[in-house]
Amino acid sequence: MLQIKNLHASVEDKEILKGINLEVKAGEVHAIMGPNGAGKSTLSSVIAGNENFEVTEGEIILEGEDLADLAPEERAHKGIFLSFQYPVEIPGVSVTNFMKTAINESRKANGLEDMPANEMLKLIKEKAELLEIDRKFLSRSLNEGFSGGEKKRNEIFQMAMLNPKIAILDETDSGLDIDALRIVSNGVNKLKNENNAVVVITHYQRLLDYIVPDFVHVLHDGKIVKTGGKELALELEEKGYDWLK
Amino acid sequence: MDLKEKLLSSFLAFEQKVDINSTLHDVRTDALKVFENKGFPTKKEEAWKYTSLNAVLANDFNILPKNETAVDWKDVKKYFLNDVDTYKVVFINGVFSSHLSSTTHDGLDVCLMSSALTKPKYKMVIDTYFNQIANKEDSLTNLNTAYSLEGAYINIPKSTVVQKPIEILYFTTGASNFVQPRNLVIVGENAHVQIIERHQSLSELPMLTNSVTEIYAAKRAIVDYYKLQNDLLTADLVDNTYIEQKQESRVSVHTFSFGGNITRNNLNFYQKGERIDSTLKGITIIGEKQHVDHYTLVSHEEPNCESHQNYKGIYDDRSTGVFNGKIYVDKIAQKTDAFQQNNNILLTDKATLNTKPQLEIFADDVKCSHGCTIGQLDESAMFYMQQRGIPKKEAKALLMYAFTDEVLSSVAIPDLQLKLQKLISMKLGVNIGFDI
Repeated sequence: MLQIKNLHASVEDKEILKGINLEVKAGEVHAIMGPNGAGKSTLSSVIAGNENFEVTEGEIILEGEDLADLAPEERAHKGIFLSFQYPVEIPGVSVTNFMKTAINESRKANGLEDMPANEMLKLIKEKAELLEIDRKFLSRSLNEGFSGGEKKRNEIFQMAMLNPKIAILDETDSGLDIDALRIVSNGVNKLKNENNAVVVITHYQRLLDYIVPDFVHVLHDGKIVKTGGKELALELEEKGYDWLK
Repeated sequence: MDLKEKLLSSFLAFEQKVDINSTLHDVRTDALKVFENKGFPTKKEEAWKYTSLNAVLANDFNILPKNETAVDWKDVKKYFLNDVDTYKVVFINGVFSSHLSSTTHDGLDVCLMSSALTKPKYKMVIDTYFNQIANKEDSLTNLNTAYSLEGAYINIPKSTVVQKPIEILYFTTGASNFVQPRNLVIVGENAHVQIIERHQSLSELPMLTNSVTEIYAAKRAIVDYYKLQNDLLTADLVDNTYIEQKQESRVSVHTFSFGGNITRNNLNFYQKGERIDSTLKGITIIGEKQHVDHYTLVSHEEPNCESHQNYKGIYDDRSTGVFNGKIYVDKIAQKTDAFQQNNNILLTDKATLNTKPQLEIFADDVKCSHGCTIGQLDESAMFYMQQRGIPKKEAKALLMYAFTDEVLSSVAIPDLQLKLQKLISMKLGVNIGFDI
C-alpha cells in the first residue's frame, strides 16, 4: 500500500531523513520508535506533504502512485491521514463545520456530490459515540481550549470521519491519561481493517499495549536502524535506545 | 471652481431653498465659517497623515440635492435585511424616498431630520441636542453642519424597547453627487434600540459622502449601532460619529468596511456618567487600492467606566489601512477599564497598514491595555487544514473567516449576522461550504 524508498529530506538545508526504506501493506500496523530528534515527526510531516520540508532524494508511493508532486490536501484526498502531535487551534470554526468542509472537499476531489445532511449527522453521531465524545463538544471551536486528551481524541474522531487508507498517528499517546488512552486506542482498533493500515509513531511502548503492532522499526539519526516484531518494543522499553547506536 | 469654492458660493442658494428657522441659520453660518477657514483636511494635519482626499475632491460633484430620483425596490432590496421587519429611513441622492421608507411616530420617532429641523414641536429637542456633541473644530463636521438638512431623526422615549431594527440607507445614483447626511439619535432612559446604517451608490460614478451622526444615550440606555460599508469602488466616505453616554448606558458601534474607495471613520465616544460601557468593534476586509482609516476616540471622563475596542483587518493587493485609537482618561476617571485590540493580516507585500494606539491617561488607578498585531496567516494552521483535505484557497478563507469571528459573533441581530457572514465569504472569494 505505502512504499517509502530511500527517502531523504531536509529543512533549511539540514538533512533530517537520511535514507528511509519502509513498506506498509494493507491490514498492517507499524510502529516507528526512536529517541527525540531521530526524525520521527519529520517522517510523518514529509509523508503528509508539509512544504516546510524538502525531499531531496527518494520516493513515497501510495498504491503505485508517486506522491512527490501532490499538495497536502491531494494526499489527504488519496487517503493519507496524519494525527498531529500538536493539533492546531482554529477559533471560530466548529468541529462539526470543519469536518463537513473536509469531508465534502474530499468527496468533491473524488468526483462525488456533497454528503447529504442527514447522512452527515448520522456519521457524526456514530463516530462521536465511538470516541465517547459529547455532542456539545462538536459545536465548540476546533481545538480551542481543548485539553491535551480532548485534542487527541478529536484527532481520532476526525480519522474516523475521514476513513483514511493510511493513518499516521504522531505521538498520539502524549498528553493522554489512561482512560483517554483506552478510548483512543479502542477507536483506532475498531477503525482498523484489512483494507487500511496504521503507522504509530511513539517514543514510549505504552500505546503499543493497546494498539498492537505487526512490525516495530527503530528510527535513529534519520535512518531505520532496526526492525522487529512487537517484542522489540518491550526490549526498547527495558534497555532504552543507546544499545542500538 | 474647486469644490471648496463651490461649497462656499452655493451656500446662499442652499439656505434660500430650505425652510430655515433663525437658530439654525446662525448655526449653519458659523459652521460654514469654520470650514471656510480650515478648508478640507490635508495630509499635513496629524489626524489625516495617512489619508488624502485630494484625488477625491478633484471630481466635479453636484452639491445640492435634486428632486427625488426613482429607484425600484427590487433593485435595492438586497441592501436591506432579508427576513426581518424593520423601520426604514431611505434617501436617494440626499432626498427622502417615501416609497422605500417605513417610518413611525407611534410611541417613538423614526423619521426625517428635515421635519425635525423645521417643525415647531421638535424645536426644543433640536435646541437641546442638535450639533451639541459634534466637534466644533472639525472642518468636515462643520461643513456637514452648514449644509445639514436631511437625514434620520430617531427619538426613543424613556423605557421603550424598540422591537424592530431601524435601517438608515443613503443611496446615490445617476450623477456624481456629494451628499452630507445628518443623523440625530436620542435614546431615553432604559430604552433599547438597534440601528443599521449604510451608504450605497448605485452608479459607478464618483460619489462623496460626508456624514455626521450624533447619538445621545441617556441613563441605562442600550444602543447597538452597525455601520455596513460595502460600497462600489467609485465611492468615498467620511463618516463622523459622535456619541454621548450617560451613566450605566451601553453603546456599541460595529463598523464593517468591505467596499468603497476611501473610507474614513471618525468615531468618538464621550462618557458623561459612571459605570458606562462603550464598545467599538470593526472588521475591515479590503483589496485592490482600497483605503480604510479608522480614527477612534474614547473619552473617559467619569470613574468606573469601561471601553472595549476590537478591530480586525485583512488587507489584500495594494490596499492600505489605518487604525488610530485614542483613549483619554481624565484625572477623575479612576477605575477606568479601557481595552484596545487591533489585529491585522496582510495578504501581500504591497498591502500596508499603519496602526497607532494613543493613550492619554491622567488618572492613576486605571486598567488600560492595548495591543496590535500585523501578521500573515498561520502556516501551521494552513497545513493542518490541508492535511484534512481542505484545499489551500479554502483553508486560507476559512482561517480568515475564523479571524473575523470574534467581532462577527457579537452582532446582536441574527439576520444581519447572516448577511455579514455571506458578505465576508463572498469578499474572501470562496463559498465556505457550511451552514453557520
